[in-house]
Amino acid sequence: MTEKLLEIDHLCVDYETGRGDLKALRDITFNVNKGEIVGIVGESGCGKSTLISSILRLTAPNTRFREGEIRFKEQDLLQASERQMRDLRGSDISIVFQDPMQTHNPVLTIGQQMLDIQHRSKQSKADKLSHAAKMLGAVGIPDPDARLKQYPHEFSGGMRQRIAIAMALMSEPDLLIADEPTTALDATLEVQIIERLQELQREFHCAILFISHHLGVIAELCDRVVVMYAGAVVESGEVREIFHNPKHPYTRRLIECDPGHIKERARILPTIPGEVPDLANLPGGCIFRDRCDQAMARCATEVPPLDQLKEGHHAACWLNHAEATS
Amino acid sequence: MEKSRSELGQIIVGVARDPLGLMGLIIVGVIVFCAIFAYWIVPYDPIAMDIKSRMQGPSTAHLLGTDQLGRDTFSRVIAGGQVALKVALPAVFGAMAIGLTLGMIAGYGPKWLDNLLMLFFDTIRSFPTVMFALAVVALIGPSLQTVVFVVMATSIPTYGRVARTQTMTLRNSEFILAERSMGASMSRILGVHMLPNIIGVLAVLAAMDIPTVIALEAGLSFLGLGVKPPTPSWGSLLKDGYSLIRQTPWLVVGGGLPIILATLGFTFLGESLRDVVDPKLRKQR
Amino acid sequence: MSLLNVVDLNTSYGPINVLAGVSFTVEPGETYALVGESGSGKTTVIRAIAGLAPAQDGSVTFEGQEIRGAPESVMRPLRKDMAMMFQDPVGSLSPRLTIRSLITEPYRIQGMKDRDLDAEAKRLLAMVNLPTHFADRYPYQLSGGQARRVGVARALALEPKLILADEPTAGLDVSVQGELLNLLNDLRERLGLAMVIITHNLSVVRHVADRMGIMYLGRLVEEGTTETIFNNPRHPYTRCLLSANPEPDPDARLERIALKGEPPSLLKRPSGCEFRERCPFAKDICTQTPQWEMNGDHGLRCLAPLS
Repeated sequence: MTEKLLEIDHLCVDYETGRGDLKALRDITFNVNKGEIVGIVGESGCGKSTLISSILRLTAPNTRFREGEIRFKEQDLLQASERQMRDLRGSDISIVFQDPMQTHNPVLTIGQQMLDIQHRSKQSKADKLSHAAKMLGAVGIPDPDARLKQYPHEFSGGMRQRIAIAMALMSEPDLLIADEPTTALDATLEVQIIERLQELQREFHCAILFISHHLGVIAELCDRVVVMYAGAVVESGEVREIFHNPKHPYTRRLIECDPGHIKERARILPTIPGEVPDLANLPGGCIFRDRCDQAMARCATEVPPLDQLKEGHHAACWLNHAEATS
Repeated sequence: MEKSRSELGQIIVGVARDPLGLMGLIIVGVIVFCAIFAYWIVPYDPIAMDIKSRMQGPSTAHLLGTDQLGRDTFSRVIAGGQVALKVALPAVFGAMAIGLTLGMIAGYGPKWLDNLLMLFFDTIRSFPTVMFALAVVALIGPSLQTVVFVVMATSIPTYGRVARTQTMTLRNSEFILAERSMGASMSRILGVHMLPNIIGVLAVLAAMDIPTVIALEAGLSFLGLGVKPPTPSWGSLLKDGYSLIRQTPWLVVGGGLPIILATLGFTFLGESLRDVVDPKLRKQR
Repeated sequence: MSLLNVVDLNTSYGPINVLAGVSFTVEPGETYALVGESGSGKTTVIRAIAGLAPAQDGSVTFEGQEIRGAPESVMRPLRKDMAMMFQDPVGSLSPRLTIRSLITEPYRIQGMKDRDLDAEAKRLLAMVNLPTHFADRYPYQLSGGQARRVGVARALALEPKLILADEPTAGLDVSVQGELLNLLNDLRERLGLAMVIITHNLSVVRHVADRMGIMYLGRLVEEGTTETIFNNPRHPYTRCLLSANPEPDPDARLERIALKGEPPSLLKRPSGCEFRERCPFAKDICTQTPQWEMNGDHGLRCLAPLS
């Protein structure tokens, strides 16, 4: 029996704006088990950022949690006090951000910053420093003791992202949230970072919630995948199921569109015409209907539920509704 | 899609939604209204002396009493507001226009020109404003024009430096490179593409600068270096009141209160304007 | 005659030698891709061609005319035939101008005031499949994909012979990326454009480029037709780049050739072959400096090439 670490249950999040409520997340349900790597795939406007800030409870002031729960180790984070959240962040839940050039304080040495994040620990300063050096070594930074004395600008983008990962893993968190950590990097460095993350995950046994729009990276790294579109989960399942047997038209089209998928030179590449719907003024029925080439009459009127198609594979599409098991 | 309102309209609505901004807008509105229609508002001629009714306390006839020469204080406060704006507006907008032009040239032009202009700015800035004012007044005598000139000259560097920094940040942005790749001339790049992106910041700076200038004008007039008597000015009101504080305390109130109100009003307006114009803060609204 | 001929282009910023002799040619109607990691100098190459970055040495000829370091008075008439596209789709559009003004900017700059700019704006928007009412919008009201189309429309306004495109798919979602590449392919065929495309995304290159050059530390290390490079890469760096491309298939476990570390600093260029320290296939001979050798249309700078 796998142990559940993070459970997101029917989460609905709105932003109050001048032109009405923007329904940023609607009925999000998925979970992350202990020691598992879960990928979240989605394009711009799918609600990835809102989801992350909701988990960490670092949302903008106009955010309203309308419904649902976020449970971390059985505790409902939406009910937790600000103090409890502060204790969780950076110790049980850590995050690595997209832009490695902006995540470090430019006027402090890396060593100082790595000391600062150990403020909860009762160890001596020397122990903390050697722990920091050990972590830098673990993410593949040569000569870590000397590097601790350097400032962020003395490192390249790839190095800084490794340092960010080292810092996030220092407290041995149960959950590491990686928000597009390789998007700002070259492909060669991207591959290095992914391989390093896989090694570290085996070493530290933390669960990783890996957010990316890069299907290749998701396919290589993750155990399970959650596909999001316009603020809703459209499909989730084992990585092989999602890539070899996608059940939602959006997932299928997205995989087709990835040029990495097309080996022969093509004059006309597949695309998904149309735009993401306006979240402040949602049309009824299925959100993907306007861009879907298999839409039926029913899709215009009823929102498809996230059906379980087989153990661990869910999709929200009327095409599969008949074969749903529950 | 949002209804496309004119940009100025959006800014005004944005300011009015912020309580402090609304207060600033009202105060500034009243001051500007009084200054424009001063001629019709004043119950008495602000420079007409009436020795018989000198140094009277506030009454229904004289709302803020009269001074040592029997002039109506309320009328002098209103007329003084007109003088204050006559100094502040041309001085601030003149300094902004000159500073903007020089700053953009310094930021976009060749390095030697930048160095030269920076040297010019730093030289002006190194004069203490009041000392510089004293020297100019000694040279050409006190008058409204002198005050405008002094204030303008001393605030050019502030606008120039800000405009230069903004220009330098913009000049390496991709949209400017794109314009260059199409062969746009320097005047087109500066005038059409950079100016609209710089002017907002400078307008905020100007709004915040107006109270400083009003206070400076009052200060110079207080020292007898500003506008020439008998022209009413908040500063000279304060000066008269100060020397007669035991006999006619209402004169100090009449000179001091409008300065405080004007300062608060323009500062509130400027701060609120900054929040509305700043695109980073604007996104969250 | 080649449309664009770049010979031994050199650019230094102070002691930093960004381009150390770049040479390539682009024929009319051809798409040439420059590929490399960040810091390889690929952006500097196209900016130097367009006169937006300095180039201290070498030659750039456009339709036979030397344009390296040419003054703006010489460049301006040529800019009708040579348009650029920049990396940031929204950031490369002047933020306070409407889309109508933005896409008709080239006409105004070139002094073609007699044109009906409204009609041109409509024509250009239709060409890139954007609805006409977009003309009244501002850049911040557009999505990345829409802004990119505006950039394409503007680049094509004067029907240039050459487009220099810096990462044209950067910042675009996968579902939109294809649309843009299809649009470029289509316009290229219809208008006979030549393009120089800079990208680090190899899966994109395969579908748009006729020929490609691989850059490392401000030099070309390999050049050839797209088919040759993808099917028979001979430089170890090319091989590494090709293998560092995660595939959207969890079972695709190709033999990945790990590239060690990161590119060295341009201030401390390594001796001999500059790729030697990171190269998984380096041999003793690599301490010598490799020369550029052409074998048919396949160029290579390597002393220990792969077969």
